[in-house]
Amino acid sequence: MQKIEAIIQPSKLDAVKDALLEVGIEGMTILEARGHGRQKGHTEFYRGREYTVDLLPKVKIEMVVPDELVEKAVQAILASARTGKIGDGKVFLSKIDDAIRIRNDERGGAAL
Amino acid sequence: MRSRLSKFMLLLVVFSAGLCFAQPAAPAATAAQIAHLEAQVAQAQSSADNSWMLASAAMVLLMTGPGLALFYGGLVRRKNVLSILMQCIAMMAIITVLWAVLTYSLAFDSGVAFIGGLHHLFLRGVGLAPDPDYSATIPLQTFMIYQLMFAIITPALIVGAFAERMKFSAMALFLTLWSICVYTPMAHMVWGKGGFLNASQGGMFPCLDFAGGTVVHVTSGVSALVCALYLGKRVGYPREAMPPHSVVLSFIGACLLWFGWFGFNAGSALGAGTLATSAFVNTQFGAAAAALTWAAAEWLHRGKPSALGIISGAVAGLVAITPAAGFVQPMSALVIGAIAGVFCYFMVVKVKSWFGYDDSLDAFGVHGAGGTLGAILTGIFASSAVNPIFKDAKTGAVLPSGVIDGNWHQLLNQFVGVGLAWGVSIVGTLVLLKLVDLVIGLRVAREHEIEGLDVTQHGEEGYDFVA
Repeated sequence: MQKIEAIIQPSKLDAVKDALLEVGIEGMTILEARGHGRQKGHTEFYRGREYTVDLLPKVKIEMVVPDELVEKAVQAILASARTGKIGDGKVFLSKIDDAIRIRNDERGGAAL
Repeated sequence: MRSRLSKFMLLLVVFSAGLCFAQPAAPAATAAQIAHLEAQVAQAQSSADNSWMLASAAMVLLMTGPGLALFYGGLVRRKNVLSILMQCIAMMAIITVLWAVLTYSLAFDSGVAFIGGLHHLFLRGVGLAPDPDYSATIPLQTFMIYQLMFAIITPALIVGAFAERMKFSAMALFLTLWSICVYTPMAHMVWGKGGFLNASQGGMFPCLDFAGGTVVHVTSGVSALVCALYLGKRVGYPREAMPPHSVVLSFIGACLLWFGWFGFNAGSALGAGTLATSAFVNTQFGAAAAALTWAAAEWLHRGKPSALGIISGAVAGLVAITPAAGFVQPMSALVIGAIAGVFCYFMVVKVKSWFGYDDSLDAFGVHGAGGTLGAILTGIFASSAVNPIFKDAKTGAVLPSGVIDGNWHQLLNQFVGVGLAWGVSIVGTLVLLKLVDLVIGLRVAREHEIEGLDVTQHGEEGYDFVA
């Protein structure tokens, strides 16, 4: 099983959730985040001074999926989150050692 | 025939005699009735005036809590929001007790030209009967409680200058002393019996200040500037961005200030008559015009009108119209507001960055500058048609008020009043800051400032998003 972490534009959250549901992924964790990559921030003006705001609002989606679904999930995310502009975000993959369901102690793939 | 005539004559005589006896009784009954009616009319007028004044007093208190508290609270960073609320409510509590025990007397007892006496210590002699020197129709206690609300908000305004870095204990001590040493003498000079600047009671330099342009806004605004310069900048200013944590709260606060200001200005008529109407109308017009010109200035200068900008404009207009509210025509109020909006925008956006002082919440830019501007413009636009404040001592004839009436001399009086306010504020504030700094220290420790005042000074957090 692998963990997929996707940092996306907040406006794309609904599209990405729907796309993931369509490929059979039902469990995920959504976090509100701030950050930037190579996208610089923007300037705001407050009381006579200009400020560079480089902590931009983002949404982070985390999910742990079985190996056979990973590539489908990644493709779903890429297709639904892309706008073609700087600031679209990134997807990270990492290996997960194990998963355990709290309710009934199920382990491994059955816990996903 | 003769007997009927004589009977008729007898009846006539008896009737006339009866009339003669009846007539003295009728005038006495009418006079008593008239006196009774007069007393009832006076009572009705008193009730009308008193009810407006009590409502106004409540409205002015609303301006401090939560009007100013929210306006300022929204402008600071989240970690400091409670410190602002605490400082405002501390003023509501401390100044009330101080007023009752000491400062009402020092402000409104007759004393000397610069300060009142101690006759009313602990509100001795401040009962329910009117004091005709102040208002013949409202209980003196109503007058006292109304004036208290002004004494509360004035030091609270200064909070904006040292926000996010002043110790709560130092703030409490400093503002208490400031209220005694700066506010009270100014209030006495402009509004108290025998005051040096009192326009309605024959002061030497009668300064027209209807609701407190000099007493409240110039003093607090200029003192705020002194505080900002003495305390120094916040850690990270101006490099770090410190935008408001909630413009929504500031908006709510500003609207509450606008509402409460009707009590501040129209209540200064000390009655429910037509002067209150004039002041009420002028207040609205000043606020609206200034909101528009600030928004327009920002739109032209930065490309977008902001919510924070337009509410700041409204507040600037309210400040500027404060000394003028009961003296000018409605159209003049629009002009005063319009000028204030642009002028205060310029002060806050340009002048502050030229000099680089950290007046965190623009107490000087809006109140100090706006109050000074308003006081000068009052000298220009004051019209005796609205308020015949100056009368010839011998003939009682109405004299011209301001420049538009042809009285250029009034401008000099306005400058004297404003100058005195600046002087008293600068000197008083510097001395008191130094004193409090020596005794307990003014600023919080650097690490505490970075961590935030709510946690370090008050052991609390304003918001808990996890609970």
